[in-house]
Amino acid sequence: MSEFNVVGKREPMLDAWEKATGKAKYTDDLSLPGMLFGKILRSPLPHAKILKVDLTEALKVPGVKDAISGRDIPKRKYGIVPKAKDEYALAIEKVRYIGDEVAAVVATSPEAAEEAISRIKVEYEELPAVFDPLEAMKPGAPIIHEEVPDNVSATIRKEFGNVAKAFKDSDFIFEDHFETQPVNHCPMEPQAALAMVDHFGKVTLWSSTQIPFFLRRNLATTLDLPESKVRIIKPKVGGGFGQKIDLYAKDFCAAFFAMRTGRPVKFVYDREEVFTCTRQRHPMYIYLKTGVKKDGTILAQQFRVIADGGAYNSTAPLMITLACFFIMLPYRIENLLFEGYHVYTNKPVGGAMRGHGIPQVRFAVETQLDIIAEKIGIDPLELRLKNAFQAGEPHPAKLLVQSCGFSETLKKAAEAIGWREKRGKLPFGRGVGLAGASFPSGVSNMSHISSGAIVKIERDGSVTLLTGAADIGQGAETVISQIVAEELGVRIEDIRITAADTEITPLDPGTFGSGVTLRAGNAARMAARAAKEKLLEAIAEKMEVSPGELEMKNRRIFLRENPDRGFSFEEAIKIYQYSDRPMPIIGRGSYFPPAKEPTTLLHEDGNFSPAYSFMTQAAEVEVDPKTGRVRVLKMVTAHDCGKAINPMLVEGQLEGSVVGGMGQALYENIIMEKGQVLNPNFLDYGIPTAMEIPSIESIEVETNDPEGPFGAKESGEGTQLSPAPAIVNAIYDAIGVRFKTLPVTPDKVLEALEKRER
Amino acid sequence: MKRILKLNVNGEDLEILVEGHKTLLEVLREDLGLTGTKRGCDLGTCGACTVLVDGRPWLSCLTLAVAVEKKKITTIEGLAQNGKLHPLQNAFIEKGAIQCGFCTPGMILTAKAFLEENPHPSEEEVKRAISGNLCRCTGYVKIVEAILSASGRESRGE
Repeated sequence: MSEFNVVGKREPMLDAWEKATGKAKYTDDLSLPGMLFGKILRSPLPHAKILKVDLTEALKVPGVKDAISGRDIPKRKYGIVPKAKDEYALAIEKVRYIGDEVAAVVATSPEAAEEAISRIKVEYEELPAVFDPLEAMKPGAPIIHEEVPDNVSATIRKEFGNVAKAFKDSDFIFEDHFETQPVNHCPMEPQAALAMVDHFGKVTLWSSTQIPFFLRRNLATTLDLPESKVRIIKPKVGGGFGQKIDLYAKDFCAAFFAMRTGRPVKFVYDREEVFTCTRQRHPMYIYLKTGVKKDGTILAQQFRVIADGGAYNSTAPLMITLACFFIMLPYRIENLLFEGYHVYTNKPVGGAMRGHGIPQVRFAVETQLDIIAEKIGIDPLELRLKNAFQAGEPHPAKLLVQSCGFSETLKKAAEAIGWREKRGKLPFGRGVGLAGASFPSGVSNMSHISSGAIVKIERDGSVTLLTGAADIGQGAETVISQIVAEELGVRIEDIRITAADTEITPLDPGTFGSGVTLRAGNAARMAARAAKEKLLEAIAEKMEVSPGELEMKNRRIFLRENPDRGFSFEEAIKIYQYSDRPMPIIGRGSYFPPAKEPTTLLHEDGNFSPAYSFMTQAAEVEVDPKTGRVRVLKMVTAHDCGKAINPMLVEGQLEGSVVGGMGQALYENIIMEKGQVLNPNFLDYGIPTAMEIPSIESIEVETNDPEGPFGAKESGEGTQLSPAPAIVNAIYDAIGVRFKTLPVTPDKVLEALEKRER
Repeated sequence: MKRILKLNVNGEDLEILVEGHKTLLEVLREDLGLTGTKRGCDLGTCGACTVLVDGRPWLSCLTLAVAVEKKKITTIEGLAQNGKLHPLQNAFIEKGAIQCGFCTPGMILTAKAFLEENPHPSEEEVKRAISGNLCRCTGYVKIVEAILSASGRESRGE
């Protein structure tokens, strides 16, 4: 019997009804009277100086109301990471990739805007371009941003222990190279923005964004307005996976044209723009050297990681930092050296994507662990268990891990996939594999990570909740409402939530880094507690007891020792009101993750996240040696999420993330030739359909983290770290071929099998 | 050039003035305000724009509105009857088959047409039926569960 009434329940998402009936409004579903439609002209060249943009003919198209080029906008750079701002909303002096924004128009119809775009004349002076980060790092390579002459725009070098000595002490040393591919997030909803300007010059922007408060800041920057003149409202968002973190030209252009024309303006990207001109997962070259003892103890690891950033930074310094930090878990590695480089190329831009820099490096580590296991004759599961980090253990880089179910996820995933019966024992073409990982529940340093909430207990016994958290389909609003309902002892249907409107709701960093449940959940719980305390004080006075003797549950306030003595929620509110206390009954919460020693963490040691989740993915595959096709038969995902506030939503997160990971292991790849994307559509790119999905078993491991609300931690993002290595390890078990480059497509499998036969 | 178009949408006869080149998706969303039908790719590859035309799933982004004159068009807005949700809608809600919800209207309409043809499908048949409707959030697991559960419910006449 659960101690909770609402937490831990399989509640349907609060907005599922709206979404099932077509009533849910996404940005492109909104219209305003007199609205204009915008379109952006993009560069056909990967690298060129813009000599001249002639808008004259465009402005003559009937229905066209305005047109701009980069020369017309405030010269203000933006970016997610303040020290890495390198992008203008429209290119000003030069274009740096095919798709870079050059000019934009607005018209009374999308067709007129389209026609006008085709009539803009741009004169370019083409510059030499570079498409590979290794080439871009060489002396004499084309310079993409003048202020970064070596094209390396972000680096990290982190070392602890004594790596050189540890390698000397190792019985075996393994060195391998790995390569990963660019991957598109493919949210089903293309990016959109709608802007209007009011009488006082304040801009309101409805945007498909995951981080409204960061967007407010970046939009204010690019428009050269104070933040108070910008309001961001997040309507329903049709998936993000990291791709809706950045400000895009559509946000800026909608707002800027609304300011210039005085009319509402909408910009919507088409699918090709989503594929080529938003963000993608960074392709990486990974060099990995690992030293181990005969018994399998990992003594040292050394990494050299080169990330292909494309034309701009986006999250570059954060991405390369995360890549480094999350190889420090889930294994005990006492001696480590990580050198990471984010390199500009004349290609589409890398950005945050589910896992953010980590899946690539995790693929290398987990694939190599299997190589090590085979060489030294240890079962890959045993090797992982032997090196698995445990809760409370001192961490060599001073991460503070208060709860850790990693070993349990390993054991449970192995059992569910049938490890002991199947590993190495299945017929040729069938195999099993597994891989582990760890992920933060938000970050506690180096960022703007405060989250606020307001809870009001209303006179009719309902509860109003204001949170800045941005639900992009993962169910944040539902989970936060469950937390508040549990704290107040009411039903989830008593909660009315307003979220993600920078003018109304308190500050929240938004949906990234898997911190929403922990961060916004804790803030909401604090706010609920503050409101509850006020109510309890009034009831305690009435009952002549102390507030500490009272409990709030099942919409009643009663004496813990004598539950019959008490009042209904409504009666209690009346008592509060008639005791001449100030209305409304309001509580405020503001949560900042504990950061005892704020550091940059780049060179110093210190804690990084308020809590860490742990996970293991296990796969069973079937490889057809005739066609080279790999079919994933079963995936097991065992996840330590602390405490599942809503197990149904946690499962949904895990299942979706696993299938995304499978796509990246086997199918997905943005194919480019000289900076030109060749497959910018679903047909040629190929995300998994229902036909490819394996049977999926999700196992929730609960460890009740002391920092998380009701013990909750991250779920769903970290899940995408390890499906690829689990599948690749299973392919090795099936056919004895080791793949170090993703994705493992049929042609690669056939080629490898042919090579082996020869 | 604009012309008068007679459409039957969700049981209602409508006469609207539209450009001949407008797709059914555009007419539904922009002229009729039925924004439950989603634009995901404009290439007929994602299924988000699926509506029913005479009960059959139809990609509205690849269909000119003039081509479906006098046919019966059902959008997601027309599925609930007298405020009562269709069993598929209930199943999608209760089984957690909806995350971001952008694929949901097309997914539900595809499933409706499919279940009318095949009321007691196997799991494999369900997967095949929705393979033209992409979803990036759920991994399809709970969508398949929801469709199977709705098929059971429909057969029991609930």
